[in-house]
Amino acid sequence: MDEPRRTIERVAACNVSLLRGGSGEPLLFLHGARGGSQWLPMMEALSQHFEVFAPEHPGFGRSETPLWLDTIGDLAYFYLDFIETLGLEYVHLVGTSLGGWIAAELAIRNQTSLATLTLVAAAGLHVNGIPKGDIFMWSAPELARNLFHDQKYAEWMLLAEPSQEEQDIQLRNRLTTAKLAWQPRLHNPHLRKWLHRITVPTLILWGANDKLIPAQYGAAFRDSIPNARLEIIENCGHAPHVEKKQEFVDVVTRFLQGARP
Amino acid sequence: MRFFCFHLMPYSDLDLSYTEKYNSAWVTLPNSYYDPAKGHALYNRYLDELEYADELGFDGICVNEHHQNAYGLMPVPGVIAGALARRTKHAKIAVLGRALPLLNNPLTVAEEFAMLDNITAGRFVAGFVRGIGAEYHSSGENPAESHDRFHEAHDLIVRAWTEPGPFPFEGKYYQFNYVNTWPRPYQQPHPPIWIPSQGSRETIEWASHPSRKYTYLQTFSPVAALAKYVAMYKDEAEKQGYTASSMQFGWSVPTYIADTDEQAYRESKPHIENLVNKFLRMPPEMLLPPGYLSLQSMKGVMAAKGAITGRTQTIDDLLKQGMFLCGSPETVRQQLEGFQKQIGFGYLLPMMQFATLPHELTRKNLVLFARKVIPELRDTGETPQPATTFKHST
Repeated sequence: MDEPRRTIERVAACNVSLLRGGSGEPLLFLHGARGGSQWLPMMEALSQHFEVFAPEHPGFGRSETPLWLDTIGDLAYFYLDFIETLGLEYVHLVGTSLGGWIAAELAIRNQTSLATLTLVAAAGLHVNGIPKGDIFMWSAPELARNLFHDQKYAEWMLLAEPSQEEQDIQLRNRLTTAKLAWQPRLHNPHLRKWLHRITVPTLILWGANDKLIPAQYGAAFRDSIPNARLEIIENCGHAPHVEKKQEFVDVVTRFLQGARP
Repeated sequence: MRFFCFHLMPYSDLDLSYTEKYNSAWVTLPNSYYDPAKGHALYNRYLDELEYADELGFDGICVNEHHQNAYGLMPVPGVIAGALARRTKHAKIAVLGRALPLLNNPLTVAEEFAMLDNITAGRFVAGFVRGIGAEYHSSGENPAESHDRFHEAHDLIVRAWTEPGPFPFEGKYYQFNYVNTWPRPYQQPHPPIWIPSQGSRETIEWASHPSRKYTYLQTFSPVAALAKYVAMYKDEAEKQGYTASSMQFGWSVPTYIADTDEQAYRESKPHIENLVNKFLRMPPEMLLPPGYLSLQSMKGVMAAKGAITGRTQTIDDLLKQGMFLCGSPETVRQQLEGFQKQIGFGYLLPMMQFATLPHELTRKNLVLFARKVIPELRDTGETPQPATTFKHST
């Protein structure tokens, strides 16, 4: 097993921190609001079949905050530049939560370099009458308990003792999340109008017990994207890639491998 | 020194047992806790108290803006200032302030303040704030844009007051083809601008800049914070090549006076404790949304975690920190004189009513302060320059 490599890439006048590992077709993983500083077990598993690229978004983690960063749309354009700069082709784009929103915004703009799109508990839409959780009002214990269905993950999260650097990163991630998603909260009212443009095979994955973005949002994405199917993972909260790692890896791998024309 | 009576107009009839069900008197406390019949009586009582402060000889009376809470019932402070404008004759009226980042159109404040300035013939002081953290939850405005929107809205308002219109404004958050504010302000070049704050280096550097020299008000903080930020402002002014006057500093502090120290303590204790433990009660997520403070300031707050964990505070805690002035007229006069000499502020903004303090005690407080403290201290420190007002150029 190869260790993932951490590099700094310069894209759109911004230095971003990138973890990469494995070989095969490129899989670009876009992390959620809590950041992407770590090489997660599911990345290790996916890197058996794919070359996994896990950057930290501009404004998050060890990446710079560029002056141009105002909206999720800016990050969508940034990742189009990123794909071009790194010379990636036939990219499997996988985004979770906030990263799923970026992925959807990217795909409606330009999907010529995409092989597939996987949206995991993605932000980006609002369905009237189906409220989302308030990540900015929840206390730390409420956040942990609401993110996971299996409360042992919440306990682990609450028992963690982050280093000073990790605490600073958490503050910064929270700030950038607010900047991008405070209002309209976690969505772009104009996104749904253009989701029909996405024609690559699309997998929508959702935890049945997601308390932050309820699973009805999965159906809303599926109904708006022509070539999409929805898989609901039972007994699972907002982070299937953590809480149901094996099921997540199996479903995603099957989908990506089955997509080759 | 000059004395401005500060009022928050709290919903003092609040059912204090709300804390059994809710974690704050802000944002999410259901407005079914508000009774309009009681509200009617309270608004009129509070207007009476501010008008009485004018009669008693306070130099100014102050109101401010808060939203969706029981702590302060003036979401539109201009309504109260407008009512006071005609019933008062001497005191300056200070709106401290409007929360600029919460506005979609800052020109409405340029207009509102200019109207008040005209009606009162320049008895008006403009206050600009960012609002408190909870107000970014209640308004939906983005706290991560708070500082930038504040500065841009401020620039727009001051330009609207001082530059001949119409002119275009090309900002990041605000854009106008025609800025052409009617009425123009009565005071020239514009009403005095005061900046109420809990204090930060960014605010001090901005307020003290030679192009502004705004009066900095330390609000409801330990007296040590007042001393720290006044010193920081003075240093900054010297670096910028001028010496700050004491009229560039004010201290807003709840104040209670009775005939004896013991009586003042006893009468004010439940009410001042309600202020901190019931009316200001707020979880940290509500108080400090991301971006409301700079990352550097936020780290400082996180390091001093104890300050925001919502521990119940007593009157003794507040007295020890110098967050509350309380005692006989002689005690309060001596304390104030000491603080003034040591720190050098020119304005005192005593909050003479707080939380559940009832009307009769508030009146007594106003009378004792106006008769036994103000006359003794009025000549302490500097006196302000008279305002420049509009003159016909014929």
